[in-house]
Amino acid sequence: MASMDLVLYEEEIHRLEEVLKRLRHDSNARAVFLIDKNGQQMAADGDIDQFDTTSLASLTAGNVAATDSLARLIGEREFSVLFHEGERDHIHISIVSNKAILLVIFDERSSLGLVRLRVKRASGEFDKIFETMAQKATATPVEGVHETPFSEITDDDIDALFSD
Amino acid sequence: MTFINYAAKEINCKIVYYGPGLGGKTTNLQYIYNKTSPDAKGKMISLATETDRTLFFDFLPLDLGTIRGFTTRFHLYTVPGQVFYDASRKLILKGADGVIFVADSQEERMESNIESIRNLEANLKQHGLDLQTLPYALQFNKRDLANALPVDELYRVLNFKREPTFEAVAPEGRGVFDTLKSVAKQILVELRKR
Repeated sequence: MASMDLVLYEEEIHRLEEVLKRLRHDSNARAVFLIDKNGQQMAADGDIDQFDTTSLASLTAGNVAATDSLARLIGEREFSVLFHEGERDHIHISIVSNKAILLVIFDERSSLGLVRLRVKRASGEFDKIFETMAQKATATPVEGVHETPFSEITDDDIDALFSD
Repeated sequence: MTFINYAAKEINCKIVYYGPGLGGKTTNLQYIYNKTSPDAKGKMISLATETDRTLFFDFLPLDLGTIRGFTTRFHLYTVPGQVFYDASRKLILKGADGVIFVADSQEERMESNIESIRNLEANLKQHGLDLQTLPYALQFNKRDLANALPVDELYRVLNFKREPTFEAVAPEGRGVFDTLKSVAKQILVELRKR
């Protein structure tokens, strides 16, 4: 098992969501998603009910992973921005804090230039939040604060998941 | 890498189906998809060639229910088995919490099985993962075929660390859920230890 799990607590989620909300508003986007590099959705804002968000997260991560490998094949460290242009809707993908993927879906109400500008601004704010998260992950846990509930999982709990 | 979201009260884990080409990895996922109730599964995605060979990956999100108030979600991925897709296999293994190796029981596929397990071990290492400690199960698929080798012989050659093994006929579902449950349980037990 890999040692570094990704753990998101409520306060960081709320901070991430605030930045996403502002980004969506300022860039006039349809929806914005923050996805971890393994394809799990961390936070989102906008018309998210219009999309199959689980598939979106998984395919975006696959897309970024494949493109990263392509970059290395030609001697680049990464392609930090990807853009897919559709007839009506477009997708802007960028890496934030080297840890997560920021996905912006927008249409004719916005433009690539505006999205790029707002994404750049939001990226700095995401950097700060991820820095806090990294500090928390390495800090010694304080008794009673964010204590993992999983140490108390029993065999019965696990068996109950597979009972049917 | 398990993803724990305290705000949404969710645990998300990733299980990767590995093995040689045409061994039945996608068929495992298709059976799980067909037999799971709509409220417990998401859309199954297959990035395949025109001839239905896996090109990049198959993906199936599954909700198993709640544990200690947390929704337990497993993301199932398959890798493309064909040898020349190694770069893609490596990408998909990243962040895996557990692996299911789908071995082809046919005698003429034995070399491919061996090569694929070696490839799995090497690719895991590149992500800092060790097959010795990773939740893992071995499935002997295609048990219904006349040229299937005896299970003892397959076990002797393919078992890596005395992992749980399962006989399977994936299109009929035999052994499919038992294999999945085995690795899912191992992942949750690991989570308890941390």
